Amino acid sequence: MKDMTRLTLSALLSSTLLAGTALAQAAHPETGEPLAENQTFTYRVLDELSSLDPQVVEDVIGSEFARDLFEGLMNQDEDGNLVPGVATDYDVSDDKLTYTFHLRDNAKWSNGEPVTAGDFVFAWRRAADPALASPYQWYMELMSLKNASAIVAGEMPPEELGVKAVDDHTLEVTLSEPLPYFPQMVTHATTFPAPQAVIEEFGTDWTKPENMVSNGAYVIEEHLPNERAVRVRNEQYWDNENTIIDRVVTLVINDENVALTRYLAGELDRTEVPAGQFPRLQKEYPDEAISFPRLCNYYYTFNLSDSGPEAFKDVNVRKALSLAVDRDIITKNIKAGGEPSAYTFTPEAVAGFTPPTVDMANMTQAERDAKAKDLMAEAGYGPDNKLSFDMIYNTDQAHEKIAVALSQMWKQKLGVEVSLANMEWKVFLETRGQQDFDLARGAWCGDYNEASTFLDLLDSGSGYNDGKYSNPEYDKLLEQAKTADDTTPLYTQAEEIIAEDAPVIPIYHYAGVYMLDSDVGNWPVNNVEQNWYSKNLYKIAE
Amino acid sequence: MIAYILRRLFIAIPTLLLLVVASFFLMHLAPGGPFTSERPLPPAVLANIEARYGLDKPLLLQLWDYLTNIILHFDFGPSFVFKDRDVNDIIAQGFPISLTYGSLAFLAASIVGIGLGIAAAIKHNSWIDYTAVSLGIAAQALPNFIMGPILILTFTLWLGLLPGGGWYGGQWQYLIMPVIALSTSYMGSIARITRSSMLEVMNSNFIRTARAKGLPARTVIWRHALKPTLLPVISYLGPVFVYVLTGSVFVDLYFSTGGLGQAYVSSALTRDYAVLLGVTILYGALTVFVNLLTDLAYAWFDPKIRY
Repeated sequence: MKDMTRLTLSALLSSTLLAGTALAQAAHPETGEPLAENQTFTYRVLDELSSLDPQVVEDVIGSEFARDLFEGLMNQDEDGNLVPGVATDYDVSDDKLTYTFHLRDNAKWSNGEPVTAGDFVFAWRRAADPALASPYQWYMELMSLKNASAIVAGEMPPEELGVKAVDDHTLEVTLSEPLPYFPQMVTHATTFPAPQAVIEEFGTDWTKPENMVSNGAYVIEEHLPNERAVRVRNEQYWDNENTIIDRVVTLVINDENVALTRYLAGELDRTEVPAGQFPRLQKEYPDEAISFPRLCNYYYTFNLSDSGPEAFKDVNVRKALSLAVDRDIITKNIKAGGEPSAYTFTPEAVAGFTPPTVDMANMTQAERDAKAKDLMAEAGYGPDNKLSFDMIYNTDQAHEKIAVALSQMWKQKLGVEVSLANMEWKVFLETRGQQDFDLARGAWCGDYNEASTFLDLLDSGSGYNDGKYSNPEYDKLLEQAKTADDTTPLYTQAEEIIAEDAPVIPIYHYAGVYMLDSDVGNWPVNNVEQNWYSKNLYKIAE
Repeated sequence: MIAYILRRLFIAIPTLLLLVVASFFLMHLAPGGPFTSERPLPPAVLANIEARYGLDKPLLLQLWDYLTNIILHFDFGPSFVFKDRDVNDIIAQGFPISLTYGSLAFLAASIVGIGLGIAAAIKHNSWIDYTAVSLGIAAQALPNFIMGPILILTFTLWLGLLPGGGWYGGQWQYLIMPVIALSTSYMGSIARITRSSMLEVMNSNFIRTARAKGLPARTVIWRHALKPTLLPVISYLGPVFVYVLTGSVFVDLYFSTGGLGQAYVSSALTRDYAVLLGVTILYGALTVFVNLLTDLAYAWFDPKIRY
């Protein structure tokens, strides 16, 4: 009897609950789409995040958490444009060296404390402080903050950094030199505010869910390393009433095929598509398989330093090898995820600059092959004098397939003998960084959405220039671009120099290739940096 | 016996020390370090980080600091990759998980394997024997990195019976697939070893004597044949136990269990020196301990062995 009552009671309760929610079923305020009752977004992450501390985090996955848990001065919208975050707007001085950010007065930490300019000052000093030893200290230098380099080098105390709180809602930033894209840089996790009192109380344990205080649209509820993490709505967030997603769950799944299986079993709302599987999935799940451009490039770099092969010092050889690469075979048959073939170093997707159409892009592959043969002959290589070299890449199935395809193209078209060597990641980086190679794989994702994040890689002074390409004319163009009002002609010229000198072989530009459940609304496919915010997503009722 | 145990534990100390020193230098020999990355850090930043983790000191001094911290504070240091966590944290979180599904897999493999082996040997050359042998070979031929994806495909996607991964505090639904994936290949080997060992024992003189005395078959098997049958099985089980606990990286990888196996392998790949060394020491200590247990078990199973 007792059980019966319980049963009826619970049935009654649940039916009223159901009726209640059915009545309350909301529609999206802008699109009018009916919203699902359960606003949980679950997605797969490849690896455990490096840190939840915004000044310390260095990986993409951790940055996704940081953007939800914290809010910086500015945010990005669905297209990557700047929109107000904690700052409502900012002023720039005439000499472009001082930025004044005006902070909203209703921003709060998850413990109810107000977010003040002082929280940003604390965070930025912390990021530059050698004592914290954040791997992103260099970001403070990259932002051209006054005295950042000296502080990182330990020559000045962090208090000397070019940032100060004029009052609780006014933050003044001083730069050492003008930086046209400075406002874009404050959407990055390193610049997010930090709760001084909490950090001082708990030390490195402050990011444990039970201690953590944050100012973003979400707070961390649960964090089980290598298994899963849950973030839930921050009731104190100033725009909480416009947030729709209640819970964001990440599952760590190292194997992308297992992740795909679990996606298909309905356990995930989003996962990456393994290389080569996009065409099949697109046919079977046309509403769910999506591909969109990303701000990353994939290339091979010639070793042009003294330790590099003599043959690569001849520009004809470099151009011939680049021409003979049939990019479409790699993008259509190997990657097959909608990646664009690359003839320029900078991806098309970059904001504010359209890379020029270089000569090679206008030719058919047959024309390119013919020209490649001529150039090789001109350089003195042929059946009697075969060119041979080594190429290195880091161990990975897709990289391997591409390397094999490249070597076959060169062998068949130009009679070049290439030996392939794959290396474990750290060994690869070390080998490439010490110029102990002939030809090496490279890839780069933009730190910010501006062409210089790519073009700088080939600057002769860049620490990332592993091929040691050096062209004073090119360096000068980049130097001019730093302060130019119109960078397009300078960047165009820089790309033309790359096409002419061929220090690298651009292969393709990345695409974001996902399985995304069709009930996830507003995924920012046009944000090429994929800086997305859970607060802007929603789940549609099915 | 007690003296023997104490002596063995005492020998374990230099063994572990040797392990730490050898691993330490091997680890530093590997190209690249924890802070080698695609975007090389500016020298000033790298110097700050190395200073923070004590990597700027001479290697021998680093080793000395490391050992004294362990001995005096039982502190294995901070992780170089997971900046919010230290090695003690990582082991405390991952090891109980590995231990849980590892022990269950070990039990499943031993019980089913020995059972199958005994059944096959008793009913030698019958259909039971053939079935057990084929099952054993099939299980052995399916290593866990093949079993993992097959199980997920079957039970999660096609049948929709079990969640595809996660740990959730070790609830049973999340345990089934990891335990099956980890145990099957050992189960097969254990069955084969038990079967051949039992066949040999059943043909030995003392069993013939027991039978000739007119003892019932059951007594012959359980009282006289079982203990000597299990001797070679025990020597196999020792390493297996260590292996299910340490070699479970594929289980962690495919089932997102959050165990120590995956943390161990990824620490080697990312050159997270502190985690790598800490887990090596744990696994080393575990191996020494299990070896001791195996040797003690011998004494119990084999009357010829005395310590």
